[in-house]
Amino acid sequence: MIYNEKIECANKEDLKNIQSERLVKLAKYIYDNSFVYKQKLDKEGIIPTDIKSIDNITKLPFTYKEDLRDSYPFSLFSTDIKNVAEIHVSSGTTGNPTVVGYTKRDLNLWANVAARSIACAGGNKGDKIQISYGYGLFTGGLGIHYGALRLGATIIPTATGQTKRQIKLMQDFKPRIVACTPSYILYIAEEMKSLGIDPKTSSWEVGIFGSEPWTTAMRDKIDSTLGLTATDIYGLSEIIGPGVAQECTYRQGLHIWSDLFFPEIIDPKTGKSLPEGQAGELVITTLTKQAIPLIRYRTRDIVSITYETCKCGRTVPRISKIKGRTDDMIIVRGINIFPTQIEFALLQIDGTLPNYQLIVDRTPSALDTLEVLVEVDEKLFTDEIKALENLKIKIKRAIDSTVGLGVSVKLVEPKTLTRTEGKSKRVIDKRNLH
Amino acid sequence: MNTIKQVSIFIENTKGRLAEVCILLGKHNINIKALTIAESPEFGILRVVLDNTDKAKNILKDNGFIVTIATVVAVEVSDTPGGLAKVLNVLANNNINLEYMYGFVEKARDKALMVLKFDSSKRAIEILQKNNIPIIEEKIALGL
Repeated sequence: MIYNEKIECANKEDLKNIQSERLVKLAKYIYDNSFVYKQKLDKEGIIPTDIKSIDNITKLPFTYKEDLRDSYPFSLFSTDIKNVAEIHVSSGTTGNPTVVGYTKRDLNLWANVAARSIACAGGNKGDKIQISYGYGLFTGGLGIHYGALRLGATIIPTATGQTKRQIKLMQDFKPRIVACTPSYILYIAEEMKSLGIDPKTSSWEVGIFGSEPWTTAMRDKIDSTLGLTATDIYGLSEIIGPGVAQECTYRQGLHIWSDLFFPEIIDPKTGKSLPEGQAGELVITTLTKQAIPLIRYRTRDIVSITYETCKCGRTVPRISKIKGRTDDMIIVRGINIFPTQIEFALLQIDGTLPNYQLIVDRTPSALDTLEVLVEVDEKLFTDEIKALENLKIKIKRAIDSTVGLGVSVKLVEPKTLTRTEGKSKRVIDKRNLH
Repeated sequence: MNTIKQVSIFIENTKGRLAEVCILLGKHNINIKALTIAESPEFGILRVVLDNTDKAKNILKDNGFIVTIATVVAVEVSDTPGGLAKVLNVLANNNINLEYMYGFVEKARDKALMVLKFDSSKRAIEILQKNNIPIIEEKIALGL
């Protein structure tokens, strides 16, 4: 089903006019309402009236994750905090999380794009949807929830965990749609097998999976194991959360709702636009957001884009699955983790930073694990096993509470961690996600 | 000197790692007088009494090992049934907390040499001496 045919299948000229009109308004809005953006534009010598159409977007400066960090918690907001209806946070690069706010109109926008996405995946009004994303500060659960409500689906908000109950409710309520991380659906399938239930007998026909990168090989595995059509949803909380882009049932890339989230693909080194089809960093401008609109936000996700009309009839552009990152962020069980966060936690132990390495792996039952190897140095070493075990627990607690995920910590001998050009390789990802 | 210096080495539980330490010490003509290993699933602490502690420490460090020096006490225990029990009984009766203990590699005649680690060596030595338990001086224990 196409939720908003007028927009999703608009002719390209009309779409461009909408984008131009919105960008012109946005430039004025941020200049008048955000001190941070006014400063940014002044620095570049740009005034809002320089922006006359969407083609002028490249005149505007980029926004980086660091801008969000530096403005913690609310100073990048373009509206008084009183007008903010909801706040979410995601991982920051250090101790402070990244804060995003939504006015009521932003929440309405979010509901619309998430509804478009669920419909794009193959969902219809009246379908039952099991939402097995985390609810709370994480945008996954509530974003899909608002979208399902807008679409008119019947929501089963199971959230994550309690897998046996998830399976029972699926069997008893027979939802047609399931939404969660791709690794969690495979975990559910494993759990079904161990309970003696054939995952193919699941009631799910449509899967909406996202918030972590996954391959087409993994998609095939999910399709064949669970007998459903697995689709990829893209989103990041800085932009809105889930519902920025979504695969249709043809699964030839993710339709990005470009009337609201204007995409550019750039060379991450030079900042210059790349031609259609070439992989580069995805940059997004939120054309209509109120609380925290972002201009040319550097997502750090590497994708390519196509402007060809899709077989499904939608004319909006499509981005590829994420091919990689321009930074060292890793996603484990849907949670974004930066090595700098681990450093922040390790520094809390005794003020010095031991050498460390992150090993990300996936268990046979498709659960992601994060192991932190910490080199023991003379300052940390004591003669007693008990004291070393306590040190391990202390490190684990500090990291767990910083990244919001249970990690395992392993103490290793000095100089054993892989180094390249004298610098140690911080992250080893054994999952082959790209 | 009533105390003896012990070298503690952090060792990951990987194949051949213990052998590497021993080969390194052997190559530099350092003799192991007493040895024990404390282990957890992932790592261990190798505790050794050596005939040249300072030299060993430097060599181990130069080869990338993490090393710390601990102070231990060597006592002579009668190599007969109940010999060790007698010593432990004295310690228990005087509220001396023994952290760990192990034996010397070589045996001195009809006596066994034991290495004892206390949180406070000073008080332990006082109690041992008061109870006529022979403490072996470092020079003698190391056969120097």
